[in-house]
Amino acid sequence: MSTFGTLNEDQSDLNKEDSKRIRERSFRLLISLIEPVKKRLFVSFGAGIISQGLRVIGPAIIAYALDTALPAAVEDDQIPLLVAVGGYLLVAIATASLTAFFIRFGARINQDVLLDLRQRMFRHTQKLSVEFHERYTSGRVIARQTSDLDSIRELLDTGGNEMIVSLMFMIFTGAALLILDPQSFLVLAASWIPLYFITRWFVRSARLQYRKSRVASAKLIVYFVETMTGIRAVKAFRTEKRNQSHYSELNEDYRKITKRTIQLFGIFDPSLIFTGSVAMSFVLLFGGSRVIEGELGIGVLTAAILYTRQFFGPIERVAIFYNSYQAASAALEKISGVLEEQPTVPEPENPTELKNISGELNFKDVEFHYSNKIPILPKFNLNIPAGQTIALVGTTGAGKSTLAKLISRFYDPVEGSVSLDNVDLREVSAEDLRRHIVMVTQEAYLFSGSVADNIALGKPGASREEIAAAAQAVGAHEFILALPDGYDTDVNKRGGRVSAGQRQLISFARAFLADPSVLILDEATSSLDIPSERLVQQGLQTLLKGRTAIIIAHRLSTVAIADRVLVMEQGRIIEDDSPGVLIAGDGKFSKLHKAWRESLV
Amino acid sequence: MQEKGLLATLARLIPYAGKTLPRLMLGVLVGIAAHMFALALPQVLRDLVNGLGENPSVDFLIGSVALFLFLGASEAVLVLLRRWLVLEPGTQVEARMRNHLYEKLETLPVSFHDQWPSGQLLSRSVQDLGLLRRWISFGFVLLIANVVMIAVGLVILFNTHWMLGTILLISSLPFWLRGFNYQREYGLASRQSQDQAGDLATSVEESVHGIRVLKAFGRGEQAAGLFASEAKELRMTELRKARLNSNLWLFIILLPELSIGLSLLAGVYLISSGELTLGGLVSYFATVMVLRWPIESLGFLLAFTLDAKAAVQRFVEVIDKPVDIAEAASIREIENPQGKLEFKNVHFRYPDAPTNQRDLIDGVDLVIQPGQSVALIGITGSGKSTLTALTTRLYDVTDGSIEIDGVDIKNLSFGDLRSQIAMAFEDATLFSASVRDNVLLGRPDASEEDLHQALEIAQAAFVYDLPEGVETTIGEEGMSLSGGQRQRLALARAVAAKPSILVMDDPLSALDVDTEALVEQALRQVLKGTTALIVAHRPSTVMLADKVALLQDGKITAFGTHSELLKSSEHYRYVISSFDSEKQVII
Repeated sequence: MSTFGTLNEDQSDLNKEDSKRIRERSFRLLISLIEPVKKRLFVSFGAGIISQGLRVIGPAIIAYALDTALPAAVEDDQIPLLVAVGGYLLVAIATASLTAFFIRFGARINQDVLLDLRQRMFRHTQKLSVEFHERYTSGRVIARQTSDLDSIRELLDTGGNEMIVSLMFMIFTGAALLILDPQSFLVLAASWIPLYFITRWFVRSARLQYRKSRVASAKLIVYFVETMTGIRAVKAFRTEKRNQSHYSELNEDYRKITKRTIQLFGIFDPSLIFTGSVAMSFVLLFGGSRVIEGELGIGVLTAAILYTRQFFGPIERVAIFYNSYQAASAALEKISGVLEEQPTVPEPENPTELKNISGELNFKDVEFHYSNKIPILPKFNLNIPAGQTIALVGTTGAGKSTLAKLISRFYDPVEGSVSLDNVDLREVSAEDLRRHIVMVTQEAYLFSGSVADNIALGKPGASREEIAAAAQAVGAHEFILALPDGYDTDVNKRGGRVSAGQRQLISFARAFLADPSVLILDEATSSLDIPSERLVQQGLQTLLKGRTAIIIAHRLSTVAIADRVLVMEQGRIIEDDSPGVLIAGDGKFSKLHKAWRESLV
Repeated sequence: MQEKGLLATLARLIPYAGKTLPRLMLGVLVGIAAHMFALALPQVLRDLVNGLGENPSVDFLIGSVALFLFLGASEAVLVLLRRWLVLEPGTQVEARMRNHLYEKLETLPVSFHDQWPSGQLLSRSVQDLGLLRRWISFGFVLLIANVVMIAVGLVILFNTHWMLGTILLISSLPFWLRGFNYQREYGLASRQSQDQAGDLATSVEESVHGIRVLKAFGRGEQAAGLFASEAKELRMTELRKARLNSNLWLFIILLPELSIGLSLLAGVYLISSGELTLGGLVSYFATVMVLRWPIESLGFLLAFTLDAKAAVQRFVEVIDKPVDIAEAASIREIENPQGKLEFKNVHFRYPDAPTNQRDLIDGVDLVIQPGQSVALIGITGSGKSTLTALTTRLYDVTDGSIEIDGVDIKNLSFGDLRSQIAMAFEDATLFSASVRDNVLLGRPDASEEDLHQALEIAQAAFVYDLPEGVETTIGEEGMSLSGGQRQRLALARAVAAKPSILVMDDPLSALDVDTEALVEQALRQVLKGTTALIVAHRPSTVMLADKVALLQDGKITAFGTHSELLKSSEHYRYVISSFDSEKQVII
């Protein structure tokens, strides 16, 4: 079974090899996240050790005060007492300030790591190809970037730093016991054996449970997002109750898994406490028997027991951290899976720069199929001279949209090449490519922000005049002005009310503003009414001058502005000529056109 | 929004605990008991060791070890018990709240969803509720146990000597003053950070749903820039929280130490004046030391509790939203459904429309007789889609009424209304389920025959060629379909519901001419016996209908057959005719 990237990511029970591989992968990610903050981590680590040290001084000063300063004070010598009190307060101020510093400094490190990971994830998912997004679903990407990142935030909040300090503390304590009384140390060391097995049991079971928990949580999120996105259909078809029962099942699954996960820690933690108590009892037993035989002083025994206790003191914190680490590493496994995915449409390493683009497109021996291997384009050749406007006609599934996706490089051909001005698209940088080739599809997605922001997506930093001019050119200006705040209307707040046709007009204005050399319109006017379409077409006639354009439309009215019509069927071009010639002939297009004209009256 | 107090806000959690509440309280008690054992253990240890020094016998040793082991084991068992007890309440509350939120969101009208980005809803459902689970099973329990422990400790201290206790109390005063401000400031920051996390989730969601647009325009980098600036804002808020916390911790650590220092002075004075023994002072310090951790953890627990408060606030904000489109108190039924659809002086405006603007739907009067089909025509933005959405109460009319067979739709149950009327939306939403489930969405109990018939009418026979036929999973989690294919399935869905009234919003826009003709032919059969309201943009779709209604300036300004309107209405000719008077666009 392959575990590359996001393949089989819903699988929780992995075999040894796979499990090891993805653990290493997520560990590498963790290291790369820590790398930039390494120095600061050391500073923070140092501050932690010093503050621990200071905390040990406090009780020593009190001991000094009681043993030395008190009798002196009774003897009317106040100086040792004042020294002790002053020293104590100084240490207290130092500890408190250091801790406060530690909190701020630590938060800064944590937040920087989080910000880094957030941005990496966001950029990477943006970079991944359309093919990935079609397979992986939006809900999952959202789950990875929200609830999984949350697990990591929790880990950081628990404080890895503190854990290291605690561990150091345990090591020092162990060493002190070894020097003080090697026999007691042996008892302590013996307790490490059960500790090891308990921890191993916990790690193994927790890893599995946390993986399951990530999967269950993602399912919950996917379903939630889908319901909220499709709320109109949910309501219109009364599926609320059915959805509710399905959702509560998913919710219950997640709850049970969460419960099991927490339960594991609920066993782990008291087991550690118990092990600690047993260890102390044994130190007491063996030490006590040596005291009885006179081999050991009572003071040494007291110290040995206290050290043993001290050793187990911070273990709960370590355990809590370790638990969060398990949760976070399950999330890291998933995140690192997404980060491991590579765009199937990769950026060239040494891109060819596009200069003075005329807009000539060439398909050379192109073959294409989607991941299901059903051929869409078999051996396809096509030349589109610069400046030509092409209308692509054909039934659903003829391959028109595929052609558009190849030109806009949403996909790469399986064989052959697509080139712009004789430069293979695979050799063009994404930035260059997007500047010269723009596609408008029928799903006109609007982002939150104002109408103007949405149009400006075509050309960041465009002035209000440019935006309005673009809107005017496609006939969107009037309705935009009629919106409550005109161009500044927030589409998020009023998005439900911008009709599908208006959305298409806005995305048209976007393309207009982008001013590309090659424009692809894939059913971009399907929801427009006839007057709007007419306006758009008038706009297009100006827009398309001197540009290459590929127009896919079911409504043959668009064909009017085309220089050349291509009729496609099953991935092949069956007719290719000027509209006038084709209409006059008796081919497929001629029939389509006749049928269409009849539908107009 | 009215700002409620901490306790009043957190009390909103109680109903969700339900029967697990006693269990949770028991968990708190056990937590307190475990704390007491932890308090007792050092004392016992000291006595044992001292005893061994005075009486070094094997019997005493074994007795001691046994007692000691017993105490240790008891603590472990109590911790185990506490964790086990709070497990069910914590996860139950989380799950119940999550179910309730989902249920509520399904009930809230479409206008709510128009305004609330789903990332904000998601962050409430996932992050906030997860936080609450942790707070209930951990924060809440520890908070109470620690407070009790501190209270017990204070009593012990006062017992030792009233002056020492008073010193501790007085020196804690600044903490309480500071804590009051802190609570306000941190509460605000906490709320802001959760809201910003919701914004971030929204940006993520949009970047994924709009991925094709971002790719087509090469704006991934720009989106990442916006995302980064939002993430940085969240980072700033988190840092502000840390700053507030660090200020609080300064007090929390410093004040007990200050009182220890002062007690040292006071203690020496008391000893020299004979009011206190040395042993008393030693035990005073021992107790203060034991109390140090619970006192310090108060800072963390306070922050945790304020985070929980903000999460509850965000949750109830949605839960308390009034459902302004609800079923009537007394529901009427249509006894003999005919399918007559009547708009009576219908007005509608969106709640946030500018006051100087006329109603979007400004007095629509329209009667569609049983079995009649009417095409609704109007320019983009004239309110056609809105008018169709009013029929199933996705929005409610602001004035006038819509009636089915003489019954105001406001008096029908949702179930009844939405089974009378089936809608085919312009943007065909498919869910991640099989073709079958998607098509039979409105009538899950339909027969196999109904399914095939609906698929046939919508010219959706392509589904039989999918890998698993009608059982193939489609939607996001499954096969991706083209726009035309999706639209045909949405149409099949509306047809399969076998409603008495069919409302279709530009149902054929994504179809090619050939398919469109076939669908139209098949639809005509269905429309013979069904009342229909069809939003149309092209003449071919208009031809499906018996009559045409022209929506202009919020009113129906013309009603008649296609050819009648072509003759009589200039606006109609403008809207529907592809022939431009000045320039012939068609070749």
